[in-house]
Formats: sequence, structure tokens, C-alpha cells
Amino acid sequence: MTTHEPHLLHGPEPDVADAGHPRPPERVGFFTDTSVCIGCKACEVACKEWNAVPEDGLDLTGMSYDNTGALGASSWRHVAFIEQDKPLGGQQTQPELRWLMASDVCKHCTHAACLDVCPTGSLFRTEFGTVVVQEDICNGCGYCVPACPYGVIEQREGDGRAWKCTLCYDRLGAGQEPACAKACPTESIQFGPLDDLREKAAARVEQLHATGVPDARLYGEDPADGVGGAGALFLLLDEPEVYGLPPDPVVTTRDLPAMWRHAGVAAAALLTGLAAVFAGGRR
Amino acid sequence: MSGAEVTRAGLRGERPGSEALFGNGMNGGPGGGPDGGPAGGRRRGAREAEFTSYYGRPVLKVPHWAATDIAGYLFLGGLAGAGSVLAAGAELTGRRGTARAMKLSSLGAVSLSAAALIHDLGRPERFLNMLRVFKPTSPMSIGSWLLVGYGPLAGAAAAADVTGRFPRAGRAAACGAAVFGPAVAAYTGVLIADTAVPAWHEGHRELPYLFTGSAAAAAAGMALLTGPLPENRPARRAAVLGTAAELAAMHALRRRTGMIAETYRQGTAGRLLRAAEVLGTAGAAGAALLSGRSRRAATLSGAALLAASVCTRFGLFHAGLASARDPKYTVEPQRSRPGGVGRTG
Ligand code: SF4
Ligand code: SF4
Repeated sequence: MTTHEPHLLHGPEPDVADAGHPRPPERVGFFTDTSVCIGCKACEVACKEWNAVPEDGLDLTGMSYDNTGALGASSWRHVAFIEQDKPLGGQQTQPELRWLMASDVCKHCTHAACLDVCPTGSLFRTEFGTVVVQEDICNGCGYCVPACPYGVIEQREGDGRAWKCTLCYDRLGAGQEPACAKACPTESIQFGPLDDLREKAAARVEQLHATGVPDARLYGEDPADGVGGAGALFLLLDEPEVYGLPPDPVVTTRDLPAMWRHAGVAAAALLTGLAAVFAGGRR
Repeated sequence: MSGAEVTRAGLRGERPGSEALFGNGMNGGPGGGPDGGPAGGRRRGAREAEFTSYYGRPVLKVPHWAATDIAGYLFLGGLAGAGSVLAAGAELTGRRGTARAMKLSSLGAVSLSAAALIHDLGRPERFLNMLRVFKPTSPMSIGSWLLVGYGPLAGAAAAADVTGRFPRAGRAAACGAAVFGPAVAAYTGVLIADTAVPAWHEGHRELPYLFTGSAAAAAAGMALLTGPLPENRPARRAAVLGTAAELAAMHALRRRTGMIAETYRQGTAGRLLRAAEVLGTAGAAGAALLSGRSRRAATLSGAALLAASVCTRFGLFHAGLASARDPKYTVEPQRSRPGGVGRTG
């Protein structure tokens, strides 16, 4: 991972909430440890219940036990199910089989592309360092949708506005943990100050390595990664793309200064080029 | 396993769920260390060979934008912006017919483009929320403000020309529109490049040039189509210049984007971009060689240039959608990026 100078648009960022929040509380987030996920979908249900998220289709997808499909406007937690013919831990049986389950969620990026590109200011950074849409301001331009490198945020059909996980902004304000973390029966979803979670995650991955699970790895924990580190970390048992996650996402606005420069040069070239075609005599 | 015991006093020594254990090492078995036991080795081998995804589903969300609205917006913005430069040039060099035609064209194009943009909002009645903030990190915010600056100037220039009133103010407005116009044409490249969509983002260096080239060619086409024949020398030159810039930028784009360039060649996008090349080349050649003398050649060349620009914008729009839909365009470039994650495990 290359290191960059401190920068507003990418790289490590110790105080995410310092933008506009005087004396913010500690930044909070999720640590989702997929090694203890049992695929019960209690998180999906709790999220729907608490946030009054509408029904998102009752389809059978044929993707193992996953009938949610993906995160979206009306699915703010999504449990992925992956069936693999690989051994799980010390399993001795034939055929070898393991069933991976993982509850995905908005990453509440340190450098959140959705927030950067939102033209209305509807997406904002809360005092907890999370990223939230203000539904009374969103005009449904849909720009945040292709900007998110994880494919999280989406416009809701028939409503037009963009929706995603709020990390239960209302519950945080009342000193409660988010509904999904509260409901998770195995502590696969852990909530807390992000610094603590990073420590817990590092300890857990070490513990798993020591007990012979070399596949265990962390995802989103590195503040030097392409989004400045995620506010929602994961412990995965395979490559990120197996779970539908991008292996090395980069916030698109990292390159925005270069884009504006090129646009400036292109505009100047257009002006001078089209002025030049008028050179010479009239005919 | 976990060392927990059920005693008369209840459960003892239980482990919280988050510390549940599994794996080779927990029974004192041989165990594969983090440096790769048999499982790790096999996984790496298998992984090199094939690309994996979650049931072939896209990693990104494909934008909900309608092609006619957004690709149409890209085309119209370019036509309007570059057209204003041609209008001002024609005005200042006494080409009255071309000046009026291009002012009207720019006004029409910018009005239609604003309508397309508003139409595509999930909540069109909230369009004015675009102007709540001025946000340099959001190309759409900058673009909205550009349109607010440019639109009235283009309108005033056209109105003054048609009514013949306030000629000085009209000329000033035409010159103002000529300064804002190129920014309107160029920013649309940033608009689509500032996303995670591989075929757009990876082209962020070339897209502004590609779009201004395409805009110049479109405006030249409109000038050939609507301007009087004796006045059309600048338009013929602009047609060649714009098309050459567009072709060069497209070439650079294809070379630089690696495997993502497939999306410019395949499917709907491929057909449109090939059509753009053929139409653009034919239009520019017709403009350069025949359109000085023949009205029919000028009309045909102009129409071909406009069509080429439409095809370019729609082609790139569809390439973006295709690259977002197939997870391999997201995953593989991230894997092979220099200094990137590579294959871990
Ligand atoms: S994961 Fe996507 S939606 Fe969530 S904060 Fe990051 S960019 Fe925004
Ligand atoms: S859809 Fe709403 S939240 Fe997303 S960028 Fe547009 S205004 Fe912002």
C-alpha cells in the first residue's frame, strides 16, 4: 500500500467527524466477524424492523440460502452464503465442504465517495463519524449510486431517493447500539468505538491463525487503504470478491483534482482551438 | 471443546460467541499455519486460474440513469457549450447568419439538457436542492452552477440577436457564453469519470478531451448544417480539429484502460463507438473537402458530425453500464493494480 501525504480526499484521516462537529464523540463502527456468523439473518430482520425498511421482493434466488441478493435501497444488511468444496478447519470428512456466511453492510468510509459527490448535501458525516442520507434533502439525482465503490447505496424504486444504512443514527443518539448488532446472537456483528474494534479484530485474526485457520483475514481495517479505512471492518475467510466485495476499492474523488485539471486544460484547448479556426481572411 | 462445564452452579468456563473456535490447531492436530497449510496452497493454485465473484453479481450498483436523459445531457451540453464559442467567433468576424444559428442552437441545446437532467431526478420537484450548496467535490454541483451561469447568457445572446435589441449587451452575453461554454462541455467528462464505474473512472484523464473534441465536432456539424455556405470555413476547420481530437483521445483511452477497454469494443457500446468513428471521419472529410462549395455536402457532413457525437456519448454511457454490470471489470483491475493488494492469503 502506498502512503500519501495527509490529504482531504484520500489517505488516513484521524478525525473524520471534525468536519463541522466541534468536540465530536468517538468514531464508532462495526466489526463483522464472519467466522462466527451462522446465517440466521437476525441482523437483516432487526434492521428492517427498527428502520421500517420496506419489503424488497420475495424471490428465491437459487444462491444458497441468500434470497436477499445484495445490499440495496431496501436491504441495509445482507447475509451472503457461499458453498465451497474446501475443508473447514480440521474437517476430515468427504466430500470437503464449507459454508461461508457473512453479513455485509455500508462501510461508512473514512473517505466516502457517496458523500463527496452528492450535489445537494443530503449525504453528510455525523458526529459519530458515520455517513447518513437526509431524506428530506435528497433530490434523487442518483449520483451517489455509481460513486460508491462497494455498490451499497441505491435509489428506491417508485420513491426515487437514495437509501442506505444509517448505522442507526437515531439509536446512537440515544446511547443504544445499532439494531443489527443488538440482535446478532453470536456476536458476529460487534459495535463500538472504531479504535477498540480494530484492536479486537487484530486479536481475533491472530487467534484464528494460531488455531489453524490461515484463511482468516481482515478487510477494511487499514487506514492507509483506498477509502482511508472503513468504519465497518470485516473478518473474512476467503478473498473479498468471493463475498461480492471489491478487493482494493479506491474512493473515486482521490483522482478528482487531476480530473478538474484535465477538464480545465480541455476547456482552454476548446476555447483557443475554436478561436483559432476563425483566423485568416473572411471567405 | 470450549472447555465449558455444566455444574450444579450453572455453566462454567464458557466462551463468548465472538471467541468461538474452529480450525486445525484446536484439537492439537497438525494444523496449517498462517503461512499456508494444505488448504492455503490449494486455494492459491485454484485462484490464479479463475476469477471469482459472488454468483456473478455486480460488485457495483449500475446507475439507474436513463440513457436518453444522461447520455443525451452529455451530448447537448457539449453541443451548446462549443456552439457558443463558434457563435461568438462568427459574431466577432461578421458572420451574421452563422452567429444567429449557433446562438439559437446553443439556447435550444442547453434548455433541453437542463430538462433532461431534471427529468432524470428521482424527485424532479426538488431540482432546486442542487443549489443548496456549492461543492467542488461534486461535479454535479459544479455543473449545476455552471448551467446557472451559462444558461442565461446563452439565452440573452440568442434573444438579443433575434430581436435586434440591446446589440452591445447581446454581444457581451455571447462572449460570456463563449467563456462558460467550454467549461460546460468539459465538465461532463468529469461528471461521469468521478464514479466507481470502471469504464468511466479509468478514463478520467482522457474523457474531458474526448468530450470537448466531440463537442467541437458537434457544434461544427450544427454550423455546417444551419449556417450559410459562404460563412462556413471556420466550421469546416472546427470539424476536422474536433474529430481529430476526439479520435486521438479515444485511442489513448483504449490503450490506457487495459482489459476494461473491452467494454468500448463489445455489445451496444462497441457498435455505437464504431459508428461514431465512421460517421465522424466521414463528416470531417466531407467538411474539409466538399462542404465549401456544395450545400448538400455541407448538410450531409454536418448531420454526420452531429450523429457521430451522439454515438460517442451514448457509446461511452453504455460502456460504463456494461463495465459496472460485470464484476470482473471491478475485481481484476483492482487485483492487478501496481502497488495494489495482489493475491493474498
Ligand atoms: S460504503 Fe458506499 S454508501 Fe457506504 S459510506 Fe462508503 S461510499 Fe458511501
Ligand atoms: S441521490 Fe440523493 S443522496 Fe444521492 S447524490 Fe443525489 S441528492 Fe445526494
